[in-house]
Amino acid sequence: MGLLIKNAMIVNADKIWDKPQDILCEAGKIAKIAASIPTGDHQVIDAKGKKVLPGLIDIHVHLRQPGCEDKETIETGSKAAAKGGFTTIMCMPNTTPVIDNAMVVEFIRREAQRVGLVNVHPIGAITKGQNDQELTDMAELKSAGCLALSDDGKSVLNSRLFRLAMEYAKMLDILLIEHCQDPCLSAGGVMNEGEASTLLGLKGDPGIAETVIVARDIEIALYLNARVHLAHMSLKRSVDLIRAAKAQGIQVTAEACPHHFTLTDADVKSFDTSMKVSPPLRAQEDVEAIKQGLADGTIDCIVTDHAPHTKEDKEVGFDGAPFGLTGLETSLGLTITELVKPGVITLSQMVERMSAAPARIVGLGGKGQIKEGKDADLTIIDPDKKWTVTKEGFVSKSVNSPFIGRTLSGRVEYTVCGGKIVYAPVA
Amino acid sequence: MTQWKHKHLLGLQDLTAEDIELVLDTARSFKEVSSRDIKKVPALRGKTVVMLFFEPSTRTRISFELAAKRLSADTLNIAVSVSSTTKGETLLDTARNIEAMNVDLMVVRHGTSGSPFILAQGLKCSVVNAGDGCREHPTQALLDLFTLKEKFGRIKGLRVGIVGDILHSRVARSNIWGLTKLGAKVTVCGPATLMPRGIEAMGVEVCYDIRKLIKNSDALITLRLQKERQQDKFLPSLREYGRLFGINREKLAEGSSDLIVMHPGPTNRGVELSAEVADGKQSVILDQVTNGVAVRMAVLYLVLGTKPGTEG
Repeated sequence: MGLLIKNAMIVNADKIWDKPQDILCEAGKIAKIAASIPTGDHQVIDAKGKKVLPGLIDIHVHLRQPGCEDKETIETGSKAAAKGGFTTIMCMPNTTPVIDNAMVVEFIRREAQRVGLVNVHPIGAITKGQNDQELTDMAELKSAGCLALSDDGKSVLNSRLFRLAMEYAKMLDILLIEHCQDPCLSAGGVMNEGEASTLLGLKGDPGIAETVIVARDIEIALYLNARVHLAHMSLKRSVDLIRAAKAQGIQVTAEACPHHFTLTDADVKSFDTSMKVSPPLRAQEDVEAIKQGLADGTIDCIVTDHAPHTKEDKEVGFDGAPFGLTGLETSLGLTITELVKPGVITLSQMVERMSAAPARIVGLGGKGQIKEGKDADLTIIDPDKKWTVTKEGFVSKSVNSPFIGRTLSGRVEYTVCGGKIVYAPVA
Repeated sequence: MTQWKHKHLLGLQDLTAEDIELVLDTARSFKEVSSRDIKKVPALRGKTVVMLFFEPSTRTRISFELAAKRLSADTLNIAVSVSSTTKGETLLDTARNIEAMNVDLMVVRHGTSGSPFILAQGLKCSVVNAGDGCREHPTQALLDLFTLKEKFGRIKGLRVGIVGDILHSRVARSNIWGLTKLGAKVTVCGPATLMPRGIEAMGVEVCYDIRKLIKNSDALITLRLQKERQQDKFLPSLREYGRLFGINREKLAEGSSDLIVMHPGPTNRGVELSAEVADGKQSVILDQVTNGVAVRMAVLYLVLGTKPGTEG
């Protein structure tokens, strides 16, 4: 017995099917796509009127386990991912302890398998303890299951060490993901430096803290003919630098988050600490540039930077609150509302940015498209359905979202991972 | 006459020119109370005012406390170390516990910008901002406005220079809001490293030449320089700051003899102001302190005199 999705309007990154198809999933794979497949004894989902996308892939989330299970666990994070339409997520290594050795990687993989909802791939650290001093045993991390390495939360500030990391990662063919922020320049800033920070009296983080690292990493990648992936780009100037680098054939890829194409630093005026994110919310021209970068492919993919924090963590005032917002459950809705509906990108471009490109960047060959023989990871959505974000609606342990109360278009109806329904609407 | 419509006083950014004038007019009548033999009126009898200070401050706290006592309110002083309001006891938790004792108003001082906003949203009682981070210090600006009006009889058209660490100054921001709303022309002056990006958006001019500023001003509001700014590398040295931006008799002589010098206190003598200027006839620093009590009486009276449920 398999899972049969009837009347599927299939949206791939390269093609939107013009007639509904039936998709049969068996043994975790897409066994058959045809105009009509007999129901037989298969479990059936009728997708009439809905769009069926390859399962969404988020290569930048924080699951907080091990170490901060009060904020999120692999189980609650997996549930949030499934509800948000994600079938594969990659979790960042800034846990306690840091994901810098095979034992922690194995713990996460084992726990994710026990939960058994979505594919969870740990990202290993670039430096031991994320301490910017010594490289991790990258080959060991790769063989334990890491598809990428990052010191996310901070840059590898030692430029020589980052050069060595890039050379070594190139030899192993493992992706490096860089958090671009020079802490000497950001100097404890809690929001974007500009008019808004001046009016609010909050310490500003200047955009150059991001762009000097973007420029540095592009130069190192050029010098080594190696690749680098730049995390959560937030600035027009970063987009300009990446566009120029790509035009020269430098192997740089980049990602952006929904909050950076939806909100600006002016929104911080409410002192809502869920607006406190790293990198910070920027100016309107940056928001427009991120949208443009996503439209023309300068920014390769959309990630959430899902960063759950408890209410207590965030209720300590803007300076003292930790950075980050919960993002897995609002990402698709924000992308459709802010990018697809206004015509910035098409639905198939959204599939490219949220599934095909991330699969390609980290090397998940079986994912990112709906095709016979590929993994049966599917997200069924109603792009026109409106829904309102509520505190009660989150299944993540944390509800630190600046979007509570906002009405979004585009709702996940079903999430299918490995041919198994992992999220379905509550009857 | 304008009615006071606000449940809280969080900053001058939120007030209209009419609101500000109302506070100044009310303060004028309360100033007389402080000159009586019996310095007390029953306006807030039965009300409880809590001074909730997360940051040490002697002058502002005493001024508020005296103001509340002269209005016959019961007062309570709570100094909270910021380190205790970390995880487990949030800012709001602390305030809610105090509010549960049925207090009517909290005067809040906090090192984080926006904290009074967070409290005003989460509490039922009124909140008066006694200084939050680098954002606003509304009663200091109101007492500065009161003092200026007392000396010049008007605010409109006055040329006011604000000198010093504009980047970290809540006094500067509140004064800019208040002065510009009442029609003064404001110029800010200080080291480029302590000049916040985009300050022109507040409707001020930026000047780096103190002598030029003195020549073109009716009043100077000098700001206290925190000595740790030098350790933070914002300044080469305090000596150089004093030479470039400190006000002494020689520099002051280049301006009008009617020019007045203000300072929110406490002053670093020899840095922002020479002793002879601080104590000289153009200084109104002690008048500011006196007026502070009257202005804070006016604020407490107006805020607590408001019916519940009006806008914040």
